[in-house]
Amino acid sequence: MSRQAGEEAPEERPMAREPPYRQARWFDDGRNEPLLSEKSPDSVDVETSLPDELTRDTLELPALREPEVARHYTRLSQMNYGIESGPFPLGSCTMKYNPKFTEDVAARPSAQLHPLRADEDQQGALRLQAELQEMLASIGGMDAVTLQPPAGAAGEFTGILVAKAYHEANGDEERSEVIVPASAHGTNFASAAMAGYDVVELPSGEDGRVDLDALAAAVSDETALLMLTNPNTLGVFERDIEEIADIVHGVGGLLYYDGANLNALLGQARPGDMGFDVMHFNLHKTFATPHGGGGPGQGPIGVVDDLTEFLPSPQVRASDDGTYERYEPASSIGGVHEYSGNWLVLVKAYAYILRHGDEGLENASETAVLNANYLATQIDYDIPYEPFHHEFVASADADAADVAKRMLDYGVHPPTTKWPEIVPEALMTEPTETETKDRLDELAAAFNAVAAESEETIADAPNTTASGHIDQATAARNPVLSWHSLESSTHD
Amino acid sequence: MPYATHPPDERAAMLDEVGIDDPAELFDIPDAVRFTGEYGIDAHSERDARARVGSVLDESTELTEFLGGGHYDHYVPSVVDHLSLRSEFLTSYTQYQPEIAQGFLQALFEFQSLVVELTGMDVANASMYDRSTALGEAALLASRVRGADGDTVLVPDSLPERVRSVLENYTNGPGIAVERYPTTDGTADVDALESLVGDDTLLVYAATPNDYGLLEPELDAIGALAHDADALFCVGSDAVALSVLEPPATAGADIVVGDASVLGMGTTYGMGLGIFAAREEYLRQLPGRLVGASEDDSGNRAYTLTLQTREQHIRRERATSNICSNQAWVALRASIHAAWLGPRGLIDLAEECVAGVDELCARLDGVEGVTAPVYEGAHFREVAVETDAPAAVVAGRLREEGFALRTRSDGGDGAEGEDGSEDDDESDDEYLVVCVTDTNRDAVDDLADALASVSEVSE
Repeated sequence: MSRQAGEEAPEERPMAREPPYRQARWFDDGRNEPLLSEKSPDSVDVETSLPDELTRDTLELPALREPEVARHYTRLSQMNYGIESGPFPLGSCTMKYNPKFTEDVAARPSAQLHPLRADEDQQGALRLQAELQEMLASIGGMDAVTLQPPAGAAGEFTGILVAKAYHEANGDEERSEVIVPASAHGTNFASAAMAGYDVVELPSGEDGRVDLDALAAAVSDETALLMLTNPNTLGVFERDIEEIADIVHGVGGLLYYDGANLNALLGQARPGDMGFDVMHFNLHKTFATPHGGGGPGQGPIGVVDDLTEFLPSPQVRASDDGTYERYEPASSIGGVHEYSGNWLVLVKAYAYILRHGDEGLENASETAVLNANYLATQIDYDIPYEPFHHEFVASADADAADVAKRMLDYGVHPPTTKWPEIVPEALMTEPTETETKDRLDELAAAFNAVAAESEETIADAPNTTASGHIDQATAARNPVLSWHSLESSTHD
Repeated sequence: MPYATHPPDERAAMLDEVGIDDPAELFDIPDAVRFTGEYGIDAHSERDARARVGSVLDESTELTEFLGGGHYDHYVPSVVDHLSLRSEFLTSYTQYQPEIAQGFLQALFEFQSLVVELTGMDVANASMYDRSTALGEAALLASRVRGADGDTVLVPDSLPERVRSVLENYTNGPGIAVERYPTTDGTADVDALESLVGDDTLLVYAATPNDYGLLEPELDAIGALAHDADALFCVGSDAVALSVLEPPATAGADIVVGDASVLGMGTTYGMGLGIFAAREEYLRQLPGRLVGASEDDSGNRAYTLTLQTREQHIRRERATSNICSNQAWVALRASIHAAWLGPRGLIDLAEECVAGVDELCARLDGVEGVTAPVYEGAHFREVAVETDAPAAVVAGRLREEGFALRTRSDGGDGAEGEDGSEDDDESDDEYLVVCVTDTNRDAVDDLADALASVSEVSE
């Protein structure tokens, strides 16, 4: 399907737009847009009716009138790139376009309510949660869903705690290990360690999939969980999933599904049907809520029957009289967020799923996979692992980080770089279903233009963004994390 | 679906390039695990989906809320929506390519700066999920710093159960015990705390204001007790209160946690914005994202994510936390709100919370059968109120009059009936906890009138 570098290229390839693409850059005296504190510093004496000994003397913060606040943040927005600025094929992040109407729905006055209301006074919020739980359970092939975890990694942590509680309830307290493939998301390792487990790393097989012999050697009576995403981070489906499940279940372990790649499976396969016992959903990826510069997300988890009594509290359900209520599962692990996580994300995901329905969700996955495969045929890079689904990992001839910087000059966001590490100079690419053919061609043209450029040109990039190349090593050696320390470092 | 469907000719051209007839051929899924059923979810037009979600949400009752309890409603200026919803912000992602993400990076740098100013601490991160998970991360940080020395975190018995429960989940992994120290008349019993602090103490936590709305008068003493035992001292608060409170750093705090969603979010069903600030020496132990100022290759100031070797995507199981997605956009909103208010506006808002409580107490205390406040002391934003009739009954009757209030019992037994529902345990030692902010202050008179009529009925 994909071509090796150097093979003949199809004719009539679109040309990349010539750089420079130009990102706005508000610039003043060696600085980009000045900090608020540089525009209008103010120090105000604090006068309050509270006792003196409990209060501060002064508060030093910027003081601006609304027009200047509006200009500041408008300028900052113009120095930022989002999915509505152009393609954003960050592998594993699923940066797709999100329908605008979900914002309006989330802004309704009836969506603004306090979580400590009595159940009878928040029937709308409870019903939405109950229905969303049901829809997600159906999509995941799971028996029950909790919506609480406020991000994907929080969902992992919650799922692992639920699994841990299950093992402990079975008197299986000595299970101390979580097995994670080497190519898994870093969050898997970190979440397992946070929950108190030793992490056993599983090497990838030659085809990029789980090596069954290595897995058989890794599992034991110590195994609490195997964490897996399917398709995996190479976009490759773990075809042996039934055998994998048998091996893990055979030693009494549980199988955890990392939902980061669920975008590839809607309407095609369900984690529950593959033998997974617990999973998380990334509502902000699969069900589209804007990523907001890094959050908020929401990471509901689904579980099979045996695990439902351990779910976090409170849970939401329909009661016999048709109203909705919160309750505490019999052996609940307790809370994982003070309230119910990021409510607005739940509202948007619910609206998104209703809009799409069965057919739309299936179409989304089908188109995401078609787009990834089409893009792969258009780029002059080696793609060592296939067949892939919604994302692929290309291998660059040059330093992948440099390739990424140069792609910025063509007005597209680059792929995820240098990960997973089993692919040299990896460019992990996920175009998603919301790109048109024209945009995919543009993206391919940017890839190919960079591949044809000299090392010097690439190393010099980027030239068209709000900032030139930033030396991140120096930033880490001498951390300056607030305008307070910026002032003192400038005075040094 | 208009978001993801190629027109037929485009689709045909793409299939042709890939060399297949149908996208179904691209799915390398064994038949045995292929899904052939249906989810059973009907598709809706945008108009219908919008109407459907609206009608579901509208099933919640319209009430005047006096709830509080960690989630506070302050007026959010229109400019916050208009600016934060600009698509370059809203539809962007974590700033892995800083050159093209300077705007968000600078906004997060400014958020960190805001938190540093409010807390008086040296460094702050670019957000946690909420105050409860921030407290959990504080315990984990203490555990890393102290190593094997100590396995107990001390929290006040007034800490809401739902916060303590999250903390207990965070401390499950390293096997840290969460123990409570008593409060007397609503604030920390320092003598009792002294007898509990010992070599096994990792972290001592105190909240100001606490769940009764009381400011903690002896923060310094609590901090000194913690430090005498070589434990870390963690203070909890929120962005509006910190605008006027003595910065916790002054009281010796090693870590400050809390919530900044009081700025920029309004009442969004508990969506949080955890703040996490610490002393410089713990910089490399901080959880979550950090934005640093640096320079680009022309020597101009530029911002970038920094100290990423602490983070899960690099350090994996040795990371300081598992955080990936966080609350970046919420932090942006808080920053815009704070910038709009400026220092005077923030102080005024805080003062409104103090004056509002005083006014509330004066009004409610005048109602027969009602005592407000239960505990003497400086209050911020909310206050415990005692009623002759059982608090849950009063809350239930007030609900019929259109007011939502919460109840809670005294600290110590961990029991709490705080959602105001009538099926709560109607024990005599429960209080109403009434929260007043800029958004419900003008309804205080109505609440007092309603309370008067309800109290009479209850008698």
